[in-house]
Amino acid sequence: MEIGTRKILDRSFSSVGMFAIVLMAVSLVILLQPVIIRGFGAFAFRGTVEFREMMFDRFGRGDENGIRKETIEAELARRPVYDLVEAFENELRDADPDFQTKYRSEFRDLKARLEELLGPRARDSDKALPRKCYGQTRWDRTGKKLHDVLFIESYDHSDPSKMGTRIFTPRAGYFKGTSLEPLFDILERDIEGMMKPRPTLYWRFFFDESIDSHFFGGIWPEMLGTFYLSLGAMLFAIPFGIITAIYLAEYSGTGRFVSLLRTCISSLAGVPSIVFGLFGLAFFINTVHVSDSKSVLAGSLTLALLILPTIIRASEEAIIAVPRGYKEASMSVGASKWHTIIAVILPAAMPGILTSMIISLGRAAGETAPIIFTAAVSVGKPLGLLQVFNQPTPALPWNIYNLATEHEAVDEIRHIQYGMVFTLVLMVLMLNLAAILIRARITKRLRG
Amino acid sequence: MVEFPGKKDLLAAENFSVFYGSNEAVRRVSLDIPEGLVTSIIGPSGCGKSTFLRAVNRMNDLIPRCRVEGALRLDGQDLYEQGVDVVMLRKTVGMVFQKPNPFPKSIFDNISFGPKIHGLRDRSKLAAVVEKSLRQAALWDEVKDRLGDNALGLSGGQQQRLCIARAIAVKPKILLMDEPASALDPASTSRIEDLIAELRGKYTILIVTHNMQQAARVSDLTAFFYEGNLIEFGETGRIFTKPREKRTEDYITGRFG
Repeated sequence: MEIGTRKILDRSFSSVGMFAIVLMAVSLVILLQPVIIRGFGAFAFRGTVEFREMMFDRFGRGDENGIRKETIEAELARRPVYDLVEAFENELRDADPDFQTKYRSEFRDLKARLEELLGPRARDSDKALPRKCYGQTRWDRTGKKLHDVLFIESYDHSDPSKMGTRIFTPRAGYFKGTSLEPLFDILERDIEGMMKPRPTLYWRFFFDESIDSHFFGGIWPEMLGTFYLSLGAMLFAIPFGIITAIYLAEYSGTGRFVSLLRTCISSLAGVPSIVFGLFGLAFFINTVHVSDSKSVLAGSLTLALLILPTIIRASEEAIIAVPRGYKEASMSVGASKWHTIIAVILPAAMPGILTSMIISLGRAAGETAPIIFTAAVSVGKPLGLLQVFNQPTPALPWNIYNLATEHEAVDEIRHIQYGMVFTLVLMVLMLNLAAILIRARITKRLRG
Repeated sequence: MVEFPGKKDLLAAENFSVFYGSNEAVRRVSLDIPEGLVTSIIGPSGCGKSTFLRAVNRMNDLIPRCRVEGALRLDGQDLYEQGVDVVMLRKTVGMVFQKPNPFPKSIFDNISFGPKIHGLRDRSKLAAVVEKSLRQAALWDEVKDRLGDNALGLSGGQQQRLCIARAIAVKPKILLMDEPASALDPASTSRIEDLIAELRGKYTILIVTHNMQQAARVSDLTAFFYEGNLIEFGETGRIFTKPREKRTEDYITGRFG
């Protein structure tokens, strides 16, 4: 080959490599940036007076006198709104039937929207659903709800070949000429006074239990559940994985049965996780009865099965890669095979084994499908150490999925979902970081 | 057979063969190696000299499909008899490899590895063994201030002397050396050769080497292997000056190999 051609090939090869790395870095930034920015919104936001009232009622936090004073001020600001509504209600009751038919249902709708925005006028914290006891706790949500009050949402289906287009018509126009007309201007003008938004850092988001299925409160049970599940999975998978890897690398030889075994392990790594989930349900819960129904234990075992092939294969590679000289040296001074493995080969293979653990840990923490049937519930209390044997738990990946799809009020609590995503990513990154640091220390000690 | 008056034979091979599968790597070799002397084994690549050496501490056991025939006796005990404790055998027969292979552990842990296996736990006794072994291996002065450092931080020559120290820390009778200097620079090689001279008498040393000058310099006896056969075995001076066999002469004069 011409030297010129070789150079061009060489250069294009390295530039393709560079491009791949840059592409990866850019996509990482693009991926992480919204996760971080939106995730922060879960615990750093502008909280309204409703938020502070809720925190005081439900968690006993905050300065009672300050909150009471604030509530009274907000109440004062809201009074014109309530007065107008009350006046119109009286007007409607005494009005002629035509007027009643025209406005009754619209007025009911408006009142419901107003209650969502400001909360019920008479505070009664014993209402069945805590979410019905308060107005909007976050300023960003307040804006959305205010919009709902000010505008009527409808769809234009005039062109049948297209999807209906959403149109907003001002509600003020609808109530034009009635005593309710000024309400909308007052709301728009005085909403700050009514809600009193203030920058809030709710760092206890990470350590609070959720209230009313994630409407209020934090995500501690989910974090704890994820922690239990991934740690439990590691607890089962690491000893079995390493022992199997040792067996395959040092004892098994190269028989037909062993190569079949290896193929099985490799195939296991490619089985879809939902299949593992169903298997976990069928085997651990329905057949072996490790617990009566879903439990952290069953989930951990299922996750352990899922990560076992990765740990086995990577650890085996790490053990095989240990220089032959170490083994010979150890044997030559009279160490038995077992002693050689424990004292020489495993320590030397440790960085590789740790790498397999890092990968598996991230995977165990983030897997959703295997825990759907075996461990996860949407809402739950944080579990104690002994409850893991028979209690199911909420867990971040499952609850993210749940909040994104199945939750009854998906749009109301997006911020919680973002917070969970952020926390899960953060947890996995931190676990990885810890493992990487440990590995770096071991590698350094091995290199001298 | 050669006569070395006053020296007892320590290792005796009798029609000893080693097979890798169906390939006979060492063919019906018979020789007696006297105690306390340095014996070198020379021969071209693939002549079975390393295989013979590794048969003495049964390192070949690690290779699948490897088997032996004939007898190899250490102090009259057949090494391949049923019931021989390989661990005890390897304690008696130390080995130094071609490439320095210290463990990725501290210098101290490298030397104390063997004694610990054989039951020595006492820290001060271990320290004494480590010091003695390092002194015997002429490494003590260079490393005494950094016994806790990783052994992989030493130079190649130092690493090889460390491996020798590690081997003699379990007090073997025989020290096998498989081309111990072939991966080292000339200065380190000469230090290893000096060390072999110092260890002569304390240990019975069996050394495989490619380097004929080295064999001539360090050994009392020389065995010439060719294609698995032992061609000639005798006192080093005589082998190199008056070989009886044509093939020996051809090899040492550089006509092949």
